Amino acid sequence: MKRQSIPRVAAKLLIPYILLYALYVQWHGDYGPGGGFQAGVIFAAGVILHAIVFDLRASQRALSPRIVQLLIPLGLLLYIGVGVVTMLKGGTFLNYSVLQHDPVHGQHLGILLVELGVGTTVAGVMISIFYAFGETVRS
Amino acid sequence: MATAVRIARLRGLFSAAIVAGIYSLLGACWMSVLDQPDVAFTEASVGAGISTVLILVTLSLTTSEEKEPEHTPLLPLIVILITGAALVYGTIDMPRLGDPDAQVHRHVAPRYIDESPHEVAVPNLVTAVLASYRGYDTLGETAVIFTAGIGVLILLGGARRRRWVADEDDE
Repeated sequence: MKRQSIPRVAAKLLIPYILLYALYVQWHGDYGPGGGFQAGVIFAAGVILHAIVFDLRASQRALSPRIVQLLIPLGLLLYIGVGVVTMLKGGTFLNYSVLQHDPVHGQHLGILLVELGVGTTVAGVMISIFYAFGETVRS
Repeated sequence: MATAVRIARLRGLFSAAIVAGIYSLLGACWMSVLDQPDVAFTEASVGAGISTVLILVTLSLTTSEEKEPEHTPLLPLIVILITGAALVYGTIDMPRLGDPDAQVHRHVAPRYIDESPHEVAVPNLVTAVLASYRGYDTLGETAVIFTAGIGVLILLGGARRRRWVADEDDE
């Protein structure tokens, strides 16, 4: 699809908004529908659109496969890390109320971090799988 | 329903994948009609979006035509009919949709609804339940995604990684 100008122009217009929307869904999950899982998938969809319309190589130059693969365990570790921190602060595993002095603020912070972990892992998995498929198809 | 029958009838896997995406999108519309934007959102992005793309990429690795079946479809049809009948029989005992006296609405749900505005104070109750009250479950889900992703990457990536290293040596 490299030489077709209409998909290229449309994708160029859309991709920034798709990525921005993913971030909005990520950080706004407390207030509206959505959360880490949906945000990760939408972010991955933006990158996949880029890889389909332009070139897999171009996407991989912009977002290196190594970094994307690093995101997979990083998200899960962030999630578990929040749990460990709550244990160190004297609460039970994943009891966010002890994170800050005000239990409600602690809950907000905990949910935000945990959702970020979910989003990171999901985006990493989806993009990595697509990269891996693309590499296999190419060869 | 008609979409599901259409998927079963199609022999071209490419069009079957597209129709499966349409089916997911219809499911998402149905969920938003039932006032469940979180579920609808997930269904639209995962079911209609990512999984359709992944199925299409898989097809580009294999063939896009289904093989002619080697045996008659009679036995599978009987199995499916019996299983379907058992499932429909099971739904007879289920409470009616939106019944406030249903079992699920009397167990922990009232506590979540009453207490979460003070305890968690997050406007989206779904997020409060998912990330705070049911934090262990969500951790498990994330671990499942992690494991599944790593599994697929190992399956696809064995030979590829060696080529990467060779490419970088050339550069």
